Amino acid sequence: MESGLSFNLVPWVVFLPLIGLGINLLVGRKFGERFAGITASLAVGLAFVVSVFLAVALAGHPEGVTVPLVDWITIGSLTVRWAFRVDTLSVVMMLVVSGVGTLIHVYSIGYMHNDVRHNGDEGRFTRFFIFMNLFIAAMMILVSADNFLMMFVGWEGVGLCSYLLIGFWFEKGKDGIGNANAAKKAFITNRIGDFGLLIAMFLIFVNFGTFQFDEVFSQAAAVAAAKPGVMLLITLFMLLGVTGKSAQLPLYVWLPDAMAGPTPVSALIHAATMVTAGVYLVARSSAFYALVPVAQTVVMWVGAATALFAATIAVGQYDIKKVLAYSTISQLGFMVAAVGMGTTVAGMFHLVTHAFFKGLLFLSAGSVIQGVERGMGHHSHGDVDPQDMRQMGGLRKRMPVTFWAYLAGALALSGIAPLAGFFSKDEILASAWHVHPAAFIVLAVAAFLTAFYMGRQLMMVFFGEPRSEAAQKASESSRVVTTPLIVLAVLSVLGGALNLPGLHTLEHWLAHTLGEGNPAQFLWSVAGTSLALALLGISLGWLIYSKKSDGPYVDPLKKALGPLFTGMENKWWVDEIYAVIVLNPYKAFAQFMAEPVDLGLIDRIGGGLAAGTRVLAEGLRKTENGYIRSYGLWMLLGLVAIMTWLFLR
Amino acid sequence: MTVNLLVFLFLGVVAIAAAAGLILSRNTIYSALFLIINFLAVAAIYLVMGASFIALAQITIYAGAIMVLFLFVIMMLGTEKPKEVEQIKWQRPLAIVLAAAVLIEGVYALITRVALKVTTTAGTAALSDPKTLGLSLYNKYSLPFEITSVILLVAAIGAVVLTQKTRKGSGQ
Amino acid sequence: MIPIVYPLSLAVVMFCVGIVGFLLRKNAIVIFMCLELMFNAANLAFITFANHFQLIDGQVIVIFIMTVAAAEVAVGLALMVAIFRTKHTVDIDQLNSLKG
Repeated sequence: MESGLSFNLVPWVVFLPLIGLGINLLVGRKFGERFAGITASLAVGLAFVVSVFLAVALAGHPEGVTVPLVDWITIGSLTVRWAFRVDTLSVVMMLVVSGVGTLIHVYSIGYMHNDVRHNGDEGRFTRFFIFMNLFIAAMMILVSADNFLMMFVGWEGVGLCSYLLIGFWFEKGKDGIGNANAAKKAFITNRIGDFGLLIAMFLIFVNFGTFQFDEVFSQAAAVAAAKPGVMLLITLFMLLGVTGKSAQLPLYVWLPDAMAGPTPVSALIHAATMVTAGVYLVARSSAFYALVPVAQTVVMWVGAATALFAATIAVGQYDIKKVLAYSTISQLGFMVAAVGMGTTVAGMFHLVTHAFFKGLLFLSAGSVIQGVERGMGHHSHGDVDPQDMRQMGGLRKRMPVTFWAYLAGALALSGIAPLAGFFSKDEILASAWHVHPAAFIVLAVAAFLTAFYMGRQLMMVFFGEPRSEAAQKASESSRVVTTPLIVLAVLSVLGGALNLPGLHTLEHWLAHTLGEGNPAQFLWSVAGTSLALALLGISLGWLIYSKKSDGPYVDPLKKALGPLFTGMENKWWVDEIYAVIVLNPYKAFAQFMAEPVDLGLIDRIGGGLAAGTRVLAEGLRKTENGYIRSYGLWMLLGLVAIMTWLFLR
Repeated sequence: MTVNLLVFLFLGVVAIAAAAGLILSRNTIYSALFLIINFLAVAAIYLVMGASFIALAQITIYAGAIMVLFLFVIMMLGTEKPKEVEQIKWQRPLAIVLAAAVLIEGVYALITRVALKVTTTAGTAALSDPKTLGLSLYNKYSLPFEITSVILLVAAIGAVVLTQKTRKGSGQ
Repeated sequence: MIPIVYPLSLAVVMFCVGIVGFLLRKNAIVIFMCLELMFNAANLAFITFANHFQLIDGQVIVIFIMTVAAAEVAVGLALMVAIFRTKHTVDIDQLNSLKG
């Protein structure tokens, strides 16, 4: 195929999901569940095919190509276009998004079918796929953008879709608005991050005069030499955006609450794609970060600290999805630390493998949850929380396919060789050892904890005896649900082939866009250490959690660690601290502005004007007394005034 | 002191006296008659200034037609003596003050701005001739002429319509 | 032959007398007659200037003024007759129902 023709296909990665969305919007409800689900999955699937074509074309033309579509803004010296950048970095993201996205769409057909059966509203089914397609379209805009402004459109778009999808069951949740609150929290926290990104973009425009990536990055060195402070500000504000979107300290608090959304949403948005947008941003702007070592260090420490912090919380969680949520935050910390250290390739590699195994883990968790719900049968949902791991146990016998898939994902996440996670995590640890040994220690501890809590989760959910009637009666999910699990499991096992030490396929592929950078090296010592830590973690988990307990379930660590475990259980009270420090003063301030200022002062100004006009009108009214002679008098008065004025001039 | 000046002064005094009589007289018919005297005096002044056609027009139209109409209406409606109570306070003093102001300013302006030596000229044959007036009226001022004819038509119709007795049931 | 200040001053005096009469008398018909007095004053001024500048236009304007004054008097007096039929008075202070 001609490379020119292939490259011109790139707008279709955005248009195809939009067409799917349009079809579902207009006629989806009429043709039923199957039609809506298949249309949406087909749209994303075709987008994946297009991405493959682009990748093949790019192989022969690796420098990358810009495909402009239309001019958007032309004001003075600013020209912003809708243009698609097809280069090795963006194609990697496109493949991940559309590939994993297609699998998740197929899974959702089966998963959301249960939701419709419970609630009996087919319109909801269609709405779900409309939002999912919208998300894919926005994400594609984000990764294929050729300038910061277009990327920001995609950035905001995915934030919006995240809000829509988290609050999908908007009438459920705590007190009937819990889900809506979670969605709001996600949107607002992201907003704070977006503010940082916007400031960075403003600074870029002021100092570079353009938004386009190629123009900006080619001028980067010159501007950094002339105004180093500006470059530092740009990178730090961009970091604020990254902490919002990719859930790092301090703005990660939305992601655990976002588990209120349906599990496919958690898999797609909050594991595989949206949260990686921040990592992509830093990767794309690696030219900036390379010029400001201080910013690189800050990014690295933010990532490392987040990785450790989130891992400790994950150890104490009982909800199956919350464990995975904190695990995501922790793994994102790994990725952010990697791009902060300068080994962007390692970060991108981990991004891809994480998409595989975290997506797999979430989808399997969804399968587990629905299995338990099926086990509950006609009982109301109120008494047993289907997501509580303390009510599970022994599910490996009742849900075998899910179990094996979950096992593959868990081992990959823990970093057991030769699964995918081992290679990607090991690259990050290796470069940490080179660049900053202190960060290496932090990340290594986080890796140990990762293995530990995954072992804990495996034991609590799949091994031992079922701890509730629902778990006893759980059943395996349908094939529509389990097939994507199998595909992802295969990818998780074999995904390491992307960047095997020695071959470094991915590194060479990305070097065309990112430059040479720090080559990641394979150190047997580091690899051995990380493997040992992972095995140790899993075995500890197996040991501690395989004991049987009588009576109500008490976590074995509670006795061992005491108050430390209470902190982990309660996520170190971060939300409560934020409420006291930030939210309550702000609410008080808003209350103050609403009542005395708005009602008292500003409304009175308007009211006062009205009253004043009325007083004036009533005064003037008295001149209309009906007597013609007094009117004549007024006329004469006017005449005298004019004559006097003319006379005196 | 030329003869013209003397004549003019005499006529002026008559005009002012008649005007004063108009506003001060309690009897409406007397006021109308005073106004006629005023018109006649002013017509004589026009003659002095050489506008003979206008002078005769003044007598015919104003004194002959308009004042006769006034007298008809006065007699039809009955001259009543309205209440002397002034209902709008300040009306009397304020009116006098303001009118005095106009008077003083006007006269003062005339005396200071207009040169005293400027005099009228004798009536030339051209200006007194109705022919000149007619030519100007039908050539230069033909549009206002047509419009005034429409005004007169409207006035005639209006006068008839306004005084029609209302018929029962037509709500005019 | 006579300085034009004199006829013009006479016009001003007549005008002011007309104003005073217009504002002080209560009989509607007398008020109308004061209006005619004011018109007359204006006419005098026009003729004076026509004479001074030796132009015929002043006289033409006076013709128009007279015509319009006649029309106005016709309509005005018809109005007064109509009002008298309902209110049975020509006192202008009684006609004050159009007040705000």
